[in-house]
Amino acid sequence: MTLPSPPMSLLAELTHRCPLSCPYCSNPLELERKAAELDTATWTAVLEQAAELGVLQVHFSGGEPMARPDLVELVSVARRLNLYSNLITSGVLLDEPKLEVLDRAGLDHIQLSFQDVTEAGAERIGGLKGAQARKVAAARLIRASGIPMTLNFVVHRENVARIPEMFALARELGAGRVEIAHTQYYGWGLKNRDALLPSREQLEESTRAVEAERAKGGLSIDYVTPDYHADRPKPCMGGWGQRFVNVTPSGRVLPCHAAEIIPDVSFPNVKDVTLSEIWNISPLFNMFRGTDWMPEPCRSCERKERDWGGCRCQALALTGNAANTDPVCSLSPFHNLVEQAGSQKTEFVYRGR
Amino acid sequence: MTDVQHVVVEGAALSFARGHRLQHDRVRDVWIVQAPEKAFVVEGAAPHILRLLDGKRSVGDIIQQLAIEFSAPREVIAKDVLALLSELTEKNVLHI
Repeated sequence: MTLPSPPMSLLAELTHRCPLSCPYCSNPLELERKAAELDTATWTAVLEQAAELGVLQVHFSGGEPMARPDLVELVSVARRLNLYSNLITSGVLLDEPKLEVLDRAGLDHIQLSFQDVTEAGAERIGGLKGAQARKVAAARLIRASGIPMTLNFVVHRENVARIPEMFALARELGAGRVEIAHTQYYGWGLKNRDALLPSREQLEESTRAVEAERAKGGLSIDYVTPDYHADRPKPCMGGWGQRFVNVTPSGRVLPCHAAEIIPDVSFPNVKDVTLSEIWNISPLFNMFRGTDWMPEPCRSCERKERDWGGCRCQALALTGNAANTDPVCSLSPFHNLVEQAGSQKTEFVYRGR
Repeated sequence: MTDVQHVVVEGAALSFARGHRLQHDRVRDVWIVQAPEKAFVVEGAAPHILRLLDGKRSVGDIIQQLAIEFSAPREVIAKDVLALLSELTEKNVLHI
């Protein structure tokens, strides 16, 4: 048996705790509690095993990873192992002393999230009063430190019209990169889909805004489209178990952060098994790896090694079976479920409120 | 025929921009450049050139050393080095 190619990236979800409560949070509906979180020694072992396995970059995420007092120590461990460290943060817990120790520990990059460009818009989504001013202050500190910074904006029906102002803010704050990511509809996002999903016209306008900004140059732009308006699915996670591994706060190892909804399979934990064994031979990681698992229309599709059948979690959430073709694909017999989505709901269901 | 104009000249001293570095990927046995939220493979002569960047030595010096190491004509080495370093400088991977 040949082993699968090793993963490139580790998403280390240090905690699900967060001062914000965004209605599209990528954490699962069942949030893990502080008492269940891995300790520093176990996270250190996870990083060592990840580097040994072939991971090149570690993304410290959450929840809010800065809620963990051992973040700095874990960044130092990543540095020692030659893992590229990226901090994915809301910025609301960041101040100058904390940034300085992170910088000294060898942090390579920061991805700072913004919910909007307006205070009202940001507070309606994040639910934390004064968050916008704290984020702007955090961005200025990061800029002054010289650590490369990406600003991340999740866009949806309510803020999608303000994409040009998002780019203006990024330029003003000196970010080298901007990520404009349309909401992905799993977990909380799916729960709130009908209040978040933009219209096709809004999507087209947002794409035009991104193209116009790209033409100006000087800013590196990542644009993630909402696949509900696409004809073909995205190559979710670059293929199941091919490039990416996620460890949850309690140590469960997943092929993507939403994968805990997959039924009839056990979720291996770093407390019981090594990362390498989980990646290489666990039933979970082999379940949808490659193309052997595919049904039609994927099996005979010429795109099967480009999009890898799309997203398993979306197939499960919308069709009831994770092994179906992603219903975003117009060739899927369930594509009508995607076409019918999006009424004019305006109430959000928030996490933790 | 005129030579291509490069943004990097022999008198310059270059280093990796913050958030970028060259590293050997032991597991896959390739050289990579780590960058914000991505890593890319560098092959052939590129890792030999990039490992000599320290922000102090001039590009001309590096060309000289490589010409000796690889027993190749200086102008051949110079062409490759200037092209690679210019490309990576334009992409903000390196800075002068």
